[in-house]
Formats: sequence, structure tokens, C-alpha cells
Amino acid sequence: MANKMISEIPLPKSIANVFAARNISTAKDALSLTEFELMELLDVGLTEVRSALSQISEIVAPPYQTALSLMEQRFQNEHLGGHFPTGLKGLDAALCGGIPFGVLTELVGPAGIGKTQFCLKLSLLASLPTNCGGLDGRVIYIDVESKFSSRRLLEIGLRSFPEIFQMKEMAQEMAGRIFVLRPSSLSEFTQSLQQIKVSLLQNQVKMLVIDSMAALVSGEHEQGVRRQQTLSWHISFIKSLAEFSRIPVVVTNQVRSQSHDEASQYSFQEYLSCAVQSRDGIVETPTRYDSHLVAALGIHWAHAVTTRLVLEAKSGQRFIKVAKSPISPPLAFPFHITSSGISLLSDEGMELMGPEINSIHCQGHNEIINFRMESLV
Amino acid sequence: MEIWRLPISASQRGKLISAGYTTLSSLSSISSSDLARESKVSESEALDILKFASHSHSGGSEMSSGNCSIFEGAQNAWDMLHEEESLVHITTSSADLDNILGGGIHCKEVTEIGGVPGIGKTQLGIQIAVNVQIPHGFGGLGGKAIYIDTEGSFMVERALQIAEACIGDMSEYNRFIRKDFQACEIRMQPKDILGNIFYFRICSYTEQIALINYLDKFISEHKDVKVVVVDSVTFHFRQDFDDMALRTRVLSGMALKLMKLAKKFSLAVVLLNQVTTKHTEGSFQLALALGDSWSHTCTNRIVLYWNGNERYAYIDKSPSLRSASAAYSVTPRGIRNSSSSCKRIRMM
Repeated sequence: MANKMISEIPLPKSIANVFAARNISTAKDALSLTEFELMELLDVGLTEVRSALSQISEIVAPPYQTALSLMEQRFQNEHLGGHFPTGLKGLDAALCGGIPFGVLTELVGPAGIGKTQFCLKLSLLASLPTNCGGLDGRVIYIDVESKFSSRRLLEIGLRSFPEIFQMKEMAQEMAGRIFVLRPSSLSEFTQSLQQIKVSLLQNQVKMLVIDSMAALVSGEHEQGVRRQQTLSWHISFIKSLAEFSRIPVVVTNQVRSQSHDEASQYSFQEYLSCAVQSRDGIVETPTRYDSHLVAALGIHWAHAVTTRLVLEAKSGQRFIKVAKSPISPPLAFPFHITSSGISLLSDEGMELMGPEINSIHCQGHNEIINFRMESLV
Repeated sequence: MEIWRLPISASQRGKLISAGYTTLSSLSSISSSDLARESKVSESEALDILKFASHSHSGGSEMSSGNCSIFEGAQNAWDMLHEEESLVHITTSSADLDNILGGGIHCKEVTEIGGVPGIGKTQLGIQIAVNVQIPHGFGGLGGKAIYIDTEGSFMVERALQIAEACIGDMSEYNRFIRKDFQACEIRMQPKDILGNIFYFRICSYTEQIALINYLDKFISEHKDVKVVVVDSVTFHFRQDFDDMALRTRVLSGMALKLMKLAKKFSLAVVLLNQVTTKHTEGSFQLALALGDSWSHTCTNRIVLYWNGNERYAYIDKSPSLRSASAAYSVTPRGIRNSSSSCKRIRMM
């Protein structure tokens, strides 16, 4: 819609010619300029510029829907109203059915915690027919770190759905629906994404898994903010892909240690704590996550994902926490990994208060990734 | 040269100047046919030019409101006070939050609400879109809402939950006052509430600009829209923009249009913003995104943040409210007061 050509919009002939003469060919060009800039450029009066802009805007603006018709449409056309059940009952209940379609769901956690295992289980589930709780479609698995193990996938299948996977043809059929891509660089990844967008619908792809997003930039040489900006195109591309195809997109992310100069509060928070201190002598310490680990890829990425599931290990127990979700309260579920994949130890989630839900712990867990941390209990 | 102030094209201006008309007063006493002949413009163009000139030049003869308005189009502060007092606010369903907001979200103003991911911006946006529909009998505006979603974070199931809770609260209220007053019958169903939210999904900044331009026409056709929520205004402007100066111009143009919409149709505009890190005074701090120029454009600015285990809202900027912060919480029923016992509203 944004790249609509001015020539296709029914404007009065005179002004359409002027737009063409000044090389403003798409709606995007016209709308990026202010009214006065257009007046100067096109040498026409304000009223003509205004009426041309309002005609262009009317055509380019997206149509509306009432929230009611949106809901009805989703419940009619989509599986379970637009949710993909993960098989983890407590999690599905919290997320109102499962992983939502059309938006990004992020799995973040320290190395070895079970993100890839979860992705394997989800890919398997998506390939199953609908009567077994699947999406009956193909899955594209973008495996950046070469962690995909088809042997493990089939083991999970055999243990969780023996009635299907014991038959060799069925196992072949299901495994045959999962397509693994292994881009070795960011540019290859970009190309693959563009190809995927084109062929998504006709190939009946029902889920996209990217494992992992952070590994794509860790190979590149830029640091900090530049690293985040490198991915900004990809973030909006993947979001738009998810949006128009209405499929669940699961992305994994790594963790990194929190640097000391990490921004954690606003400028007015210092004043607030000072003011309180002087008035009633109570000191309010600024909030600072006491864990040393934070999700990689920065705050722009954190805003872009719709649902964030944090996997962590605390006191030797693994938890999956719903850290960000438009629909779920902040719940944590204990889980463990078995031969049949990931499973919850309790369907009753613990509700966590405050920013605790966002912190990532790595205690009592064997693999430590970052050697800069001072102590790990 | 006052001719610069007229909204006419550069070539027309050039012709006027070369014909010797450099000030507005020189245009006040000439007829359109003389102007056309002398400046070599067409008759209709000359007529338009004279109309523009007389509008910007006129003294006190044209009064729009009928009271003593010395400058055309201006309103004196006393009349505005009367108007401001009679405006209804949109409640946020949290009494503490409403308190620091002076009753709720103000109509005729643009309010920006920003915070870190997961703090509850979308929740507040959906709550406001539902609360604007509270009927007059319960102290609401009885209006409809426009929800502009740029990130895909609007979940219909959540909107339904909040709508059900809102109706539940209204029935509860009814039961309390039934003895004393005539209770207002609730005929609304949660589905009706959803049906009154106009949902637009935006996929690029061009569509965002186009939609905001189009809103004038849309709202003229749907006069009962009383709030426009944009969730979030930042997303499409954070990437794709190599030319920062262009971004600033486009953003301020957008803010102006939204302000005009708010004033023209007496509705509230709520813009949800994201957070970025800013390097000030030797340390990194959190700040709302889109830069310093953007921070001037909104009338009110509210920052949502974590304080200990509580969610707090802080009035960062407002022409009429004092700086204060209040706790709130996000519950399955929507935004409500914080439940902790040590909550308090802190004034600066």
C-alpha cells in the first residue's frame, strides 16, 4: 500500500502531471514531505496540495475493522481463534490457547536451558494433523547455530506420539514437512527471508522458527547499538511476514551479561527518590535487576516481540516464565526436559511480582556462557 | 514583505512582487480585475489572493464567537475556563491514576504514554478504548474508539476480558445506588463494546501518515468517536529513516494534525511510545523514544515505570497537572489500583 504509484491514484490531471514532473512517483515520496515542502517543490497553492494529499491518504490508508469483526473472523478462519497449542497445559491456559498467530514469540534463556528442545517439539507439533493438536502444515526452521538434530526430533516424536511415529511412512511424512535452512551469514539469512515471504502461502507453511536470532549478529563485527540497528530491517520484515501470513513465528534469543553502565532508570527517578528521602527519611533504592544476565539484542528488539518466554534455572530447577504477554499475567512454570521433549512439572504457574519476571537466572546450572560475571551461586 | 505569509504558490508570489505588491495593505484596496491585469495572473487566482490577504489582514470586524474577541479566531481565557471545566475525562479504571491525571485522560489534548516493554502500555490503551464507551449515566463519554495498531499487539481476547470486567463493574455500581437513585440500565454487552472499537492495522510509516491524514474525514463520518489510541507511534519511525531531519519534520507534522483533530472534534488522543537509552551527564538513562524534538510536541506526557515490585505512572509533562506519581496494577480485569498497602501518591 505504501508503494502505491501516484499515477494509479485518481488525482486531477494537472496535479498528477506536476507530481510526475518533479519525480514524485510513489505515495511514500509524497507523504514524506510536509505541506509547505510540497508547495515549494510543485509550485502550487495550499488548497491544491491539501486536496491532493487527502486523496492520496484516503487511498493509502488501510481499511478499518471493528474489534468485534476481527474476533469473529479469527475464530471462524483460524485454528483455535489464532493460537497454536504447545502441549504444555499450564502455558497454553495462560496464553489463552497457545502461541499466538501473526506475531513474534521469543524464547530467551542461557545456553543449554532447553530453547532448541522447545523449538524441536513445536516444529514437530506443527507438522502433525489437526486431530492430534497440530497445524497440519510445513515448518521452516532456520538453524543458525547448526543445532537441529533430526534424530532427536524423531525420538521426541516416537515418545510423545508413538501411534504415529512407529509407522515409518508416517514418521517420514511428518519429518518431511520440516524444512531446515542453515544460513552462514546475515546476508544469506536476508536472502532466505525474502524467498520465504514469496513462497510462504503457496507452500502451506504453518510455522517459522528462527534459532537463534542473536547468533546472526554475533558473527558480525559491530558492537552495541550498531549491532541492534543491523537487525532493525529484519525485525520489521519478520513482523510483517508474520502479520500477513498469520502464522506463529518463534524466535530464540541468547543472554549476555549486564554491563555496569546499563541504563535502568529514567532521569526523574533520581529526583523522586531524593525527594522521598528528604521528606520522610525513607530511601527507595532504584530498581535494578539483581541478576547479571539480560536478554541480548537490546531494547528495540524487546519492544518488537509480542510475547517473551524466559527460560531460566534457579536453585537447580528450570522455569519457563511468561515475561511479556498482552494476555497473560506474569506466571512461572517449572519444567524439565525428558526424552519426549519439554514438559511442565506443574500446570499451576506461580505468579511473580514486579520486574522479577524479566530477570534471567542461571543458578545451579552447569553451563555458564559469560566469563565476565563475578560470582554465580 | 508580508506577501510571504500568504498560502500561495511561489510563482504567484513572484508575480505579485514584480508587479509591486509587497505588503498586505497594498492589496486591501484593489479590485480583483485590476490585480489580475497588473500581476498577469488569472481572474480566479486574483480573487483567491485577495481573499487570503483580507483574512490575514482584517482587524476586529469579524467575530466568530459573538463575545468580545479582539483578534479573529481567538478566545479569551475566561471563556476557555468555562469550556475546560465542562469537559468530561476518560477514566483509566484506577482511581489513583485518575487522581493524578485530574480526573482521567483529557479530551481535546494529546497525551503521550511511554514505558519499557511489558509495563502495560497496550493494556492501558485497550482499557481507555473500552472506558470511553462508558455511558453518560455512569459518568463516561458514551463514545467510540479508534485503535491504531502499528505493532500487532492488540489481542481481541484481552479486549473482550476488559470489556466484560467493565460491564461487571457497572452492574456492581448499579446495585449500590439502586436504593437512592434511578439506576441507569445497562444494555451493553461485551460484544457491543468490541463493536465500537475501530481497529486499523498499520504496516509502514507511509500508512501511518496517510491514516492520520484520513482520520479527519473518517471522524467527520463517525462523529461519536471520542478517543484515538495509537499503539505505538514509535515503531515504524525507529527504522528505515536515514534522514533524521526528515523524520523530525514528519513527526511534528503528524503531531500537529493529531492536535488539530483533538481540538476540532473534542476527542482525546493517546499516543503510546517506546523507550530508548540516552547518554546524559556521563551515564546512560532511559528516555522515551523519538528524540528531543518529539518530546515537545505532546501536550501531556506520562511515563510508566517499575518501582520495586510495583508499576508506577509519573506525570512527566503537563500544562495543568503537577508532577506526581501513582501506583497501578494490571489485573485480569484490566488496569486497576495497586493492591499493596503501602501505596501512596507522591507529589513532587
